[in-house]
Amino acid sequence: MLRLEPRTSPSHAMAIASPVIAAVAMLVTGFLLFRLLGKDPVEAAYIFFVKPLNSSYGLGELLLKATPLMLCALGLGLGFQANVWNIGAEGQLTMGAIFGGGVALWLGDSSTWWGLPLMLVAGVIGGMLWAAIAAWLRTRFNTNEILVTLMLVYIAQLYLSYLVHGPWRDPAGHNFPQSRGFADAQTMPLLFDGGRTNWGFLFGLILAGALWFFSRRTYAGFRLQVAGLAPAAAAYAGFSEKRNIWLALLISGATAGLAGICEVAGPIGQMQQQISPGYGFAAIIVAWVGRLHPIGIVLASLLMSLLYLGGESGQMSMALPSAITGLFQGLLLFYLLAADLFITFRLRNVRTTGQPDQAPAAPVAAASSGGPGATPLESSP
Amino acid sequence: MSEPIESPPRLVLTGITKRYPSVVANESVDLTVRRGEIHALMGENGAGKSTLMKIVYGVVRPDAGYIRWEGRYETIASPAQARRMGIGMVFQHFSLFETLTVAQNIALALDTRMSNAVLATRISEVSERYGLPIDPHRLVHSMSVGERQRVEIVRCLLQEPKLLIMDEPTSVLTPQAVRVLFHTLRNLAAEGCSILYISHKLDEIRELCDRATVLRGGKVSGTAIPREETNDSLARLMIGSELAECRLEPNKTGEVMLAVRELTQAAADPFGTSLADVCLDVRAGEILGIAGVSGNGQKELLAALSGETLTAAGSIELGGRPAGQLNPAARRALGLTFVPEERMGRGAVPPMSLASNALLTGARNGMVRNGLVRTDSMREFARDVIARFNVKCGDERSVASSLSGGNLQKYIVGRETLLKPKVMIVAQPTWGVDVGAAQLIRQALIDLRDQGVALLVVSEELDELFIVSDRLCVLARGRLSPPVRLADTSVEQIGLWMSGQFGAQAGEEATHAAA
Repeated sequence: MLRLEPRTSPSHAMAIASPVIAAVAMLVTGFLLFRLLGKDPVEAAYIFFVKPLNSSYGLGELLLKATPLMLCALGLGLGFQANVWNIGAEGQLTMGAIFGGGVALWLGDSSTWWGLPLMLVAGVIGGMLWAAIAAWLRTRFNTNEILVTLMLVYIAQLYLSYLVHGPWRDPAGHNFPQSRGFADAQTMPLLFDGGRTNWGFLFGLILAGALWFFSRRTYAGFRLQVAGLAPAAAAYAGFSEKRNIWLALLISGATAGLAGICEVAGPIGQMQQQISPGYGFAAIIVAWVGRLHPIGIVLASLLMSLLYLGGESGQMSMALPSAITGLFQGLLLFYLLAADLFITFRLRNVRTTGQPDQAPAAPVAAASSGGPGATPLESSP
Repeated sequence: MSEPIESPPRLVLTGITKRYPSVVANESVDLTVRRGEIHALMGENGAGKSTLMKIVYGVVRPDAGYIRWEGRYETIASPAQARRMGIGMVFQHFSLFETLTVAQNIALALDTRMSNAVLATRISEVSERYGLPIDPHRLVHSMSVGERQRVEIVRCLLQEPKLLIMDEPTSVLTPQAVRVLFHTLRNLAAEGCSILYISHKLDEIRELCDRATVLRGGKVSGTAIPREETNDSLARLMIGSELAECRLEPNKTGEVMLAVRELTQAAADPFGTSLADVCLDVRAGEILGIAGVSGNGQKELLAALSGETLTAAGSIELGGRPAGQLNPAARRALGLTFVPEERMGRGAVPPMSLASNALLTGARNGMVRNGLVRTDSMREFARDVIARFNVKCGDERSVASSLSGGNLQKYIVGRETLLKPKVMIVAQPTWGVDVGAAQLIRQALIDLRDQGVALLVVSEELDELFIVSDRLCVLARGRLSPPVRLADTSVEQIGLWMSGQFGAQAGEEATHAAA
């Protein structure tokens, strides 16, 4: 019989290696999968993982798609450390896009230096407000933030849909559900010529550094970590649970909101019904693959971005179904969780012993001098 | 029960050795238990008592050595076999289902099937015969700890054991309940049942036991006839050196630093205890001890004092200021420090370093400036605690979970002490801590008192409270007795109070056991 046993000392090195193991296992499974589908696995691997990076344009796309993943995952990772389970970054991203995009539409064609900063601030506020609903419900009514943040995703998306079908629809847009394009002054400056990477990527890197500093060097960051690692110790030390929940949700809402406005003011350039292919959800995987550590999250967001690019490339060149991206994301998370399980547990083959009660009454004795032992009930007076 | 003179001893262990990957739990242990004898197995935490008992009860197999049972060599392969041979064991932590009745619980544990009606009569018979009154149809959750222990004992007695192993049975009992237990054990022994009594309480062993085997570091460090020994000579066998004694010199007390005024608080937890009209004062330079069996409101009182649950503003005063509505951090700012009962996960964050664990409560003592953590001062503070409280660990970067319970307790007590409190609250200061470390911790508390700190110590160990307290109160069923000076009271009186009878009824004596 196989049984899981906790390990006495979980390996620290393996905790860092497990995302790499998961990525390799994902590649191997993908290889087998392509073979089963009758595609040439080597060619598929090339198209999926190498071709997208073959040009400077491709590299730019890698950074572009990594940006929202990174921004969302950085904030989520901070909350996950504190046992605050915001899984609705997608909704906060959408709300950030609505708030920031609303400012852009309000500004119209005017070109002022403060227009873009105002849009970014509005995006951040939008994300924070959306997360604040969950924080308020959790601290006031002890409502589960997993459910609330998730449900708010759909509300945000439907609200966006209403806006682009109704009040914000471009009158000259042939009835397509999309707004007017943002003016040049209201779009994110590009990082390099010839690609689509914008300043958002830079924001991500700066944020990674800031959050690393926050976790490692500030008392507020310490309090969040204690709340996650030992809630009773946090209560004992007098760290307010409510303050931690608010902080974690507001920060993750803010980063997701920033991701949203960077998308619509960046590569999209207008408001439309579909602004994210699930970046906010994929960011949950990114946060865990990155071990909730800012540097890990930056690297993991690049990997996840490659999966998006590879999925697109595979659809175009090999007629693979579009579900392929989600499939690889799922594989990655599955293998990561499996690898993590074996860091803290090990599998042991336990010999199935018979019922102890049915063991022979006469035990194997070192030097038995008599017959089988009598039943204990027999002898007492 | 009379035995032929030449009849072999009930249990003889010869050269029992058990090695674990990192430690030798037992090394060539010899032990002989005669018929009808109460035999003490003594030793500090980690001396190997539990492993040895698990070997006798068939839970663990020895690597080497022989077990002779009534003259025959035996290999005890399982607890079921041990029970069939006539060995019963009452564990320190009970394994009873709270939602079932006594009879149902016992039926679950019996190796033989018996109808419920028969079983209930048997339970009544046995419990009457040995003076252990229990009602077979009562639900376990409504029973006190002492009553639950009776259920465990009766469960063993139903099997008519020839050897009964008792693991630290008195740690959860009031002094009166201890008397009743001793009476039962003596009756059992007189009928010929042998008893292996595991304990580190020297007084009890000297009173109850016929012979003692002392373990130290996994080896037998000596055997003794406890009645002919003193506490000091037994302690020497146990820890290998003299016990320095804690001294409580008379001390001048200052003003009231911690006051509780008519604190009445319904329990948040349905199985908790509500506090009713609790009043107390602790002055600067004194230690107020709170005795009582756990589950009588200790958890609730401590949470109210530490600020983990809030109460009416005026019901708690710290340094003369109303504090009932302040959270733990705000109370710390008023000079309160607190050592909780649970070390791992409450008093310390297990996966964090000792230095980070210093920051857990030390933010107000220079470890945080402008919201930023000052790593240097945090590590220096941790090094200081480790050095002054003799904490055995790698260094301040070791994670808390790598420390043994006793060492972590020294670290936490040291941390809360060096944070320079005005008021310090300590719950179960030496629970599960070995004798040497317990002495060090108690001395640290007394030193603080001599420096003019007001201390409140909640403990289940009456002996300990009689060592460290200036005054004593008893918490029973959520009510607090009036305080008494230590000189004006006795273990008997406190014991009576522990059952909830405060005040003038001190004359009513509990049943005393005949030797």
